[in-house]
Amino acid sequence: MLNPEDLGNLARALDMTSDEELACDECFEKLDRFVEMELDGLDAASAMPLVQDHLDKCGDCREEYQALLDALRVEKGWTPVSLIWVRMRRFFQGDRGQG
Amino acid sequence: MFSHVLHAGYRRFLVRGRTNEEWLAGLRGPDRDRVIGDLRAVIVRGLKVTFAGRVRGLDETAEDLAQDALIRVMGNLDSFRGESRFTTWAQRIAVRVAYTELRRRRWRDVSLHEVVERHEGGRQPDALADRGPSPERETSRKMMAETLRGFIVEELTERQRGAMVAVMFEGMPLEEAARRMQTNRNALYKLLHDARKKLKRRIEAEGLSAKEMLEALGDG
Repeated sequence: MLNPEDLGNLARALDMTSDEELACDECFEKLDRFVEMELDGLDAASAMPLVQDHLDKCGDCREEYQALLDALRVEKGWTPVSLIWVRMRRFFQGDRGQG
Repeated sequence: MFSHVLHAGYRRFLVRGRTNEEWLAGLRGPDRDRVIGDLRAVIVRGLKVTFAGRVRGLDETAEDLAQDALIRVMGNLDSFRGESRFTTWAQRIAVRVAYTELRRRRWRDVSLHEVVERHEGGRQPDALADRGPSPERETSRKMMAETLRGFIVEELTERQRGAMVAVMFEGMPLEEAARRMQTNRNALYKLLHDARKKLKRRIEAEGLSAKEMLEALGDG
């Protein structure tokens, strides 16, 4: 039995559904380039819209993308405190995958 | 102590400056143990950042996961196409390996059946009645909810419905749901994508749109 929150989530997911979507493996293949573009200050979402679309829809891939981004940010010299701010912002923005 | 820190910093500087070709040659060459050690250090640092505050025994967990990741990286060196920095590629693999293992541990004792059952017996659809500002809007919301429930029953297979409940409504990771359904994450994403497309087409065939449904359900 679906409750109101489920129905709302489902309707939102259907509204975002496209005929052409990348699946997880294709997204994973492109994720390193996508993340490097972001770190270089480029608009990765515009350059690779299907990757961004998949990350918007898949909780597993989004989690891994954010982890990779954080790991590389620290390699580039970001401090743990600045990462905490980024994580807090993500938390308050909410997160739920659609598959 | 000071010389140790200085040496570690210098090593990090050298590692950061290594080109992709140097990484590949190093990992395949006679000095591979030292280069693998450098790569392990990069991976461990990344994993510690990712899982700080989220797992017990961070140092040990990061080392164990890095070991698994290194095996995967070494086994896939030939598939590196040089489209990113080598360390980014390797860390991407490490993150995937680490999350796969941690999700497995976190969801170890939960069955798919249990998740679906819990959902079935959970919050009641009548809760919808508490949210409407007016009787007209409430009626429209209830009708839309019933319509959508009907489409789900008519259009989706039992497998699609089960996956939808587990992943979309109960927050089970795709990977864990896939493991329980004897499939893989990529195939399960496609199964759910097909389910969403079927529902969307059905809605449109009935002269509606997902956006209208969203609005009628009060989330638009």
